[in-house]
Amino acid sequence: MKDTKSLATQIAFLLIPVAISLAVAAILVTAVGRDPLEVVDALWKGAFKDSRKLGGVVNFWIPLTLVSIGLVVTFRAGLWNIGVEGQMMMGALFASWGAQYLLWDASMSPLLNLALIALSALGGMFWAFVVGLLKIRLGVNEIFGGVALNALVNVISIYMISGPWQPRIGGSAQGTEPFPVPALLPEFSKTFPVNIFMILLVFAAFIVVMIMLNATRWGLNLKAVGKNMRSALLLGVATERASMSAFLVCGALAGIAGSYRVLFTFDNLRPLASGGIGFLGLLVVLLLSIRLLWVPLITFAFAAILTGSTRLQIAPSLKLDSSLAGVLQGMLVLFVILFQGVREIFFPQRAVDAEDIETNENRPNE
Amino acid sequence: MQIELRNIHKRFGPVHANQDISVTFHEGKIVGILGENGAGKSTLMKILSGFQPADQGQILIDGQVIDYTGPTAAIANGIGMLQQDPLDVGAFTVLENFIYGGAEGIALGRAQAEATLDDLSARFGFELDPHQLIDNLLIAQRQQLEIVRLLALGVQTLILDEPTTGISAEQKIILFDALRKLARDEGMIILLVSHKLEDVIELCDEVLVLRAGVLVGDMEMPSADHNLTGAVIAETKQHLVTMMFGEELEAQSREHYDLGKPVLEVDQLLVHDLRLDMQPISMSVQASEVIGLAGLDGSGQELFMRACARLGRITGGNLRLNGDNIVGASYRQLFHRGCVFGAAGRLEEGLIAGLTLTEHTALVADDHMRIDWKSMAKRTASRIDQYRVKGRAADNVEQLSGGNQQRVLMGLLPDDPQLLILEQPTRGLDVDSARWIWTQLLQRCQSGTAIIFNSSDLEELVTYSDRIFVFYAGRVYPVPDVSQTSIDELGHLIGGEFQQA
Repeated sequence: MKDTKSLATQIAFLLIPVAISLAVAAILVTAVGRDPLEVVDALWKGAFKDSRKLGGVVNFWIPLTLVSIGLVVTFRAGLWNIGVEGQMMMGALFASWGAQYLLWDASMSPLLNLALIALSALGGMFWAFVVGLLKIRLGVNEIFGGVALNALVNVISIYMISGPWQPRIGGSAQGTEPFPVPALLPEFSKTFPVNIFMILLVFAAFIVVMIMLNATRWGLNLKAVGKNMRSALLLGVATERASMSAFLVCGALAGIAGSYRVLFTFDNLRPLASGGIGFLGLLVVLLLSIRLLWVPLITFAFAAILTGSTRLQIAPSLKLDSSLAGVLQGMLVLFVILFQGVREIFFPQRAVDAEDIETNENRPNE
Repeated sequence: MQIELRNIHKRFGPVHANQDISVTFHEGKIVGILGENGAGKSTLMKILSGFQPADQGQILIDGQVIDYTGPTAAIANGIGMLQQDPLDVGAFTVLENFIYGGAEGIALGRAQAEATLDDLSARFGFELDPHQLIDNLLIAQRQQLEIVRLLALGVQTLILDEPTTGISAEQKIILFDALRKLARDEGMIILLVSHKLEDVIELCDEVLVLRAGVLVGDMEMPSADHNLTGAVIAETKQHLVTMMFGEELEAQSREHYDLGKPVLEVDQLLVHDLRLDMQPISMSVQASEVIGLAGLDGSGQELFMRACARLGRITGGNLRLNGDNIVGASYRQLFHRGCVFGAAGRLEEGLIAGLTLTEHTALVADDHMRIDWKSMAKRTASRIDQYRVKGRAADNVEQLSGGNQQRVLMGLLPDDPQLLILEQPTRGLDVDSARWIWTQLLQRCQSGTAIIFNSSDLEELVTYSDRIFVFYAGRVYPVPDVSQTSIDELGHLIGGEFQQA
C-alpha cells in the first residue's frame, strides 16, 4: 500500500545512516592509528575469503534470521518478546534431550533431524507460552516475564549439563558429551559447511510469515492488537488469542534457531548456547522498525560483520579487538533510529483535513 | 493587553484552514469562537498560543509585532491555552504538575508553590488537593489545575478549547464564575472555543463565527446583567446557528417506533466501585427502544454501561441478552451475538490509530482467513460514499477529523445489531454531524436495534430517548414520562432533586 516515492525515501533513510555510521567507524579506526581500508579488507576476508568463511557467515545467519522473523511477529502484535533468547535455549534443551535419548539408527538420520527440529520448536513454544500466559492471565509485562524466564532456562541448562547430562569422563560445566552423529544436522560439504535444509527452512519461514502477516486475518488481527488492544477488542478481535499466537510463532522459530546451535554450530549442549543471537535479533528488528522484507538482508550483513570481525585480531597490521564489530552494529542501530526521528520531522504523514491536526497534535500517543 | 491578528493564513495540504483572518481582542473581554468541526477555530487558537506557526500573517500584542516559536514563548508573552485534553502528567501529583511548567521551577520551593496554588484555588473556589495524583482527578479539576498553573505563569490571555466537554453542570458554574472574575477584575482576555451555543451565550461578551476557514461574522451577546430570558436566548441561538451553518436548522424531533420483545433484561444488577455507593439496578430494554442515561460524570452510568457490555465487573444480580444469562460472558461473546459497545474516546477505544480505513473494514468483515484487499478497498470506498466520510480508503484513521472518525465508526457497526451501548455518541461533534449520527442510529432502531446511550447534552437525551434513567451518586431514577419532561426538569433531576419531580 506504499507508493514508490515513500519506498525511495525508505531506502534513502536506511542508506544514509549506514553511510554515516561507517564514516564514524572509519574515524574511530583512524584515531587509533589504523587504516580503515585495511579494516574493511580484514572484515571482508574474514567473512568471504573462501567458501568455508562464507559457511561461517551462513551458520550465524540461519539462527539470527529465524529469531528475527519470529520477533517481527511479536513486535507486530505490540509485544516486546525479550524472552526470545530463553526460547532459543529451551528449543536447544528439547533438541538436546531428543539427541541423547532418541537413539535412532544412522539410516533414520533425516527423520531424526526432523523430529529434533520439531521438538525444539515445541520447546520454544512452551517457553513462549509461559511468557504469554503470565502476560495475558496475570498481567505480568512480557519484558519482565521474558527476562526472568531467560535466567531460569540458563539455570536449568547449567543444571542439566553439570548434573543428569554430565559427560561420563571429566564432567564439568563446559558442556554435554557430543551428541550421536545421526542426531546432528549434516554438512553440505567440507568446503561449505552449512546445513542446506535449514537454509531452505529459513526462506520458507520468511515467505510463510510474510504472507500470513500481510494477507490474512491473523496478520491483521496482530497489527490491530499491536496498535490498540482496547479498540481491537471492541471491534471484535480475539485479542488474547492473537497475542498468544504471536508468542507461539516466535517461540517456535526461536526454538528451531536454538536447535541449530546445538545440532550444527556445536555438537553438544553448552551453557549460553544461544550466544546472544536472540538479543541481536531484537536489534535487527528495531533497526528495521519491524519491516520483514529487509530482515534476511540485514541479518546477513550483521552475520558477515560479526564473523569477519574475528580476523581483526589475527591480521598482523591491525591487532584490533573483534568487539569493533559490536561497536559498528551499535552505531548502525543508533543512527538508523535517529534518522527515523529525523524523517518524522521532515516527512511527516500528510494531513487529510485541517481538523486532524487539531485533534491529534497534542494528544498523548498510545 | 490587546491582541491583534492580521491576515492569518494556514493551510494543511489542500485544506485552507484559516483564510485571511484579521481580528482584535480587547482587554477584559470574554470572546467566544464558534464554528462547526473543521471550521478552523482550533487552528486559529493554536496559532495564537504558539502550538502551530501561521503560514502568513502577523500577531501584534499591544501594537508590537510578536514572532514566537512555541507555546513557551507564547506564555512568556502572556498567552496561555487550555487544551481540550488537559496536558498534565498522570503519575504526578497536583502540586508537581503545578510546578513543572514554571520557568524557575527548581528555585521556587515546594512550600511556596503550594501556598500559591492554595491561594489561587481559594480565590476561584477550586477544590485542588496539592497531594492528590492527577489520575484520580475529574476532568474539571484537571482543567482548574491547568488554569491556575497558567495564571501563576503570568498569563494575561487565556484560551480555552471546549472546556465544558465532559464536566458537570456544577463544575461549569464554578468555571464560568472564575472566568468572569478573571475578565472583569483582572482585565484578562478570555477566548472560548466551543460548539455549545448555550455556553457561549451565557458567558461571552461577543462571539466570532468561523465557517470553512473564513471569519464570517461577529456578534455582541446579550448582556448577562439583564435577565437572559428564554426568548432572547432562543433568538440569539438561531442567529448564531444561521451564521455557523449558513442556514437555519430546524428543531429536531424523532418518530417513535413500536417496541419489540425485550433484548436486555437487567435484574438487580450490582456493579462495584470504590468511589460510589452503587445501588442494584433493574430495567428492561426492548427491541427498537432508545434508552438515555443522564447524570453528572461519574454518577455510575459509565460503570453500568460497561458492565452491561461485559467490559466491567458485575458483583451481583442478573443480566440477560435475549433471555440468556450473560453475567459470565465476555464482550467478545456478546459481540458475536450482536451487542456492540461504542466508547467515548474514539481513538482510544474504537478505532485503531495506525491502521487505514480499509484495514478497519477488513478487521470487522466476517470473512475467510485470507483477506481480499481489493474487495475490501472497494467496500471501504462505498462506505466512504455512504457515510459521507472526508477521507480516502488508504488514509490512516487518525488523519481524519473527529467527526469523520465518528462516521467511520458508524460504518464499522454491524448492519443490524441487537443492542448498541454507546458512550456519548456525539461528544465533540457539531450540530450537523451529531444529527447525522442520530439519523443513522435511528435507522437501525427502526429495524429493531435497541440502544442504550449516555450524554451530558440534555437536549439530546430528551429528543432521542424513549425512556431516560437519571444516575445520581450511584442511585438510578427512572424518569416517568420523557415526552412530558423539560430540559430544565431533567437538569434538576441530574442534580439529585428527585423529590421535585
